[in-house]
Amino acid sequence: MTEDEGHPVTEDEGRSVTEDGRHPVTPLPAPLIGVTDTGAFGAGRRSAPRHHPAVQREGHDFVARVRTWAGIALAAVLGIALTGCSSTGGKRAEDARKAQAQGRAAVDTPRWTIGMVTHSGDGDTFWDIVRKGAEQAAVKDNINFLYANHDEGKEQAQLVDSYIDKKVDGLIVTLAKPDAMKAALARARKAGIPVITVNSGSAESKEFGALAHIGQDEEIAGEAVGEELNKRGRKKALCVLHEQGNVGHEQRCAGAKKTFDGTMQNLYVDGTNMPDVQSGISAKLQSDSAIDTVVTLGAPFADTAVKAKEDAGSKAEIDTFDLNAKVAAGLKSRALGFAVDQQPYLQGYEAVDLLWLYKFNADVLGGGRPVLTGPEIVTEKDAGRLEEFAKRGTR
Amino acid sequence: MTATAPAKKAPGEPDKTADERLLKTSLPRKLLGRPELGAVVGALAVFVFFSFAADSFLQASSLSTVLYASSTIGIMAVPVALLMIGGEFDLSAGVLVTSSALISSMFSYQMTANVWVGVGVSLLTTLAIGVFNGFMLTRTKLPSFIITLGTFLMLTGLNLGFTKLISGTVSTKTIADMEGFESAKVLFASQITLGGVAFKVTILWWIALVAVATWILLRTRAGNWIFAVGGNMDAARAVGVPVIKTKIGLYMGVGFAAWVSGQHLLFSFDAVQSGEGVGNELIYIVAAVIGGSLITGGYGSAIGSAFGAFIFGMTGKGIVYAEWNADWYKFFLGAMLLLATLLNHWVRKRAEATK
Repeated sequence: MTEDEGHPVTEDEGRSVTEDGRHPVTPLPAPLIGVTDTGAFGAGRRSAPRHHPAVQREGHDFVARVRTWAGIALAAVLGIALTGCSSTGGKRAEDARKAQAQGRAAVDTPRWTIGMVTHSGDGDTFWDIVRKGAEQAAVKDNINFLYANHDEGKEQAQLVDSYIDKKVDGLIVTLAKPDAMKAALARARKAGIPVITVNSGSAESKEFGALAHIGQDEEIAGEAVGEELNKRGRKKALCVLHEQGNVGHEQRCAGAKKTFDGTMQNLYVDGTNMPDVQSGISAKLQSDSAIDTVVTLGAPFADTAVKAKEDAGSKAEIDTFDLNAKVAAGLKSRALGFAVDQQPYLQGYEAVDLLWLYKFNADVLGGGRPVLTGPEIVTEKDAGRLEEFAKRGTR
Repeated sequence: MTATAPAKKAPGEPDKTADERLLKTSLPRKLLGRPELGAVVGALAVFVFFSFAADSFLQASSLSTVLYASSTIGIMAVPVALLMIGGEFDLSAGVLVTSSALISSMFSYQMTANVWVGVGVSLLTTLAIGVFNGFMLTRTKLPSFIITLGTFLMLTGLNLGFTKLISGTVSTKTIADMEGFESAKVLFASQITLGGVAFKVTILWWIALVAVATWILLRTRAGNWIFAVGGNMDAARAVGVPVIKTKIGLYMGVGFAAWVSGQHLLFSFDAVQSGEGVGNELIYIVAAVIGGSLITGGYGSAIGSAFGAFIFGMTGKGIVYAEWNADWYKFFLGAMLLLATLLNHWVRKRAEATK
């Protein structure tokens, strides 16, 4: 509650910031930086004369010198930050965009706590968008939103257990490793906590007693890709899997292979190591010049595939699953053919909102079937509009 | 807990005239000299910290979750600590757990055999991998870091390769409907309800392993060999310690614990993901180090590793109970571990100074 009242930025205020192009932020940080600036520099100077004469105590001398230099460096960085303003892009432009996406609770229901546990690795762009959607819905629905993630099934189940111990009012989980989550979800059911599954696990969601499943069927998404490739008259495609052992990835490629009339090969790369991804794709393209399409399974890898294609001197079209700002820009400039979006923002947003609806009004969506958020084929026609949203981090 | 209070009553003068080995030391002084002292104090500090920082931390059900998380680390930390006392590392310990579960599951499924057959085959295989590690190490005299790094990478590849070759997907098929599953589940993945709270059976396995390892270390000849081999291998060999046997035995210990952990994974989740376990070996090593085992060998304890695992479990879950932002999770985890280790180090130094 108090948190929401702290940022009373309405939509109108947000827009006025962008329109007149001023920086309402600068007056605040300026004195703040000034204080730290002299503080750091002063500390460096104060310590220097005290220790310098004592040359025999080399250690202290060294420490003093380090401190002086650190002070100078800090002052320089702050000085540059102060004077060298950029009139385009950067944090300020981002803040102006973001201002529109905040707000305050629109309802006066009690402050329920909802916990979300995903199988995301740390710092994953896709899951950041899911989380943003969930947080937005939580603000609107007056919900205390908790988030945790772990990419190992056992650990993810333990995190769910922790939220059950905390007696949360609702749970949102992904079922990428359904067997590992089974016991934890049974425990949630026993404790009377409503559960909604998102993203992966459409097959198991109902069986495990979840209210609804919100996500994309990976196989259907893959099939959509195969059909789109047929429409584009492609003959030989490469499906780049960036995570060995991910069931969803295998399904995507299998789905695409099913509907695609040409031939399709799988290529495994190490997604945590971008140079490896690039060299892997370019090596494959060099060895087989007949490949006319590369399909990547994640937005960050599309850009890498474009670089790999340039390295290899290939003319292949790059298509990708998922969307981010770079992919949208790539679509616009026609460096990429098309993208298949599953609207991660919607998955987070709807999950929180549906739990709120369930607590408030016992509403359930989907009628026992998965609520699909994709696949949505995005081409250069839609890219212009989506680029803006993707930059904001919500598409 | 027991160790902090007597710290103040310990300034009694030791009698230096007699042979110090024949001296009878008082109980408080004996406790002060133990390697796990720092870890106990560290665990206590982390416990008190989260008791205040997180409301739901002190509930019985939360403690059961924390103990479960600690036990899954602790079961492996015990043999890893023994190995470290013996002066060696095992980087393959993390994926070996996954291998153990995969072997058991796939053997039973493919042969349509009683689940217990798969469990037995899995035990033999993990022990054999332990023997392989130990044999390669003692034969080539290469650092264990290199040998087990090789095993680690090979096992990672074998896990995925064989699973896809045999099952066609990256995870195994469920064996929950096969004969023997229920009885094996009782042993490896059941729950014991005490006062309305369910405790996982892994906690018992953990306690049992710590007890056995402590008995071996402190009461048997093999225990002396482990300390001797880790302290100075050549000197140990010179006085007749069977160095090769000891080291191979230590690696087999890791294999045994990996088997227990792997079977737990299998029987609690029915199916196993082939890509998991990577990175956990470092957590086991860290738990052993926090518990007072020296990375260079020759010093440490099994009880210490248990407290190291407990610190890990408390910190990992405490952050969730305290509702801290998950983005900072790894930072908090690292900072807590560093603080616990520093406290551990400081306490041990103070304890040694008063000896």
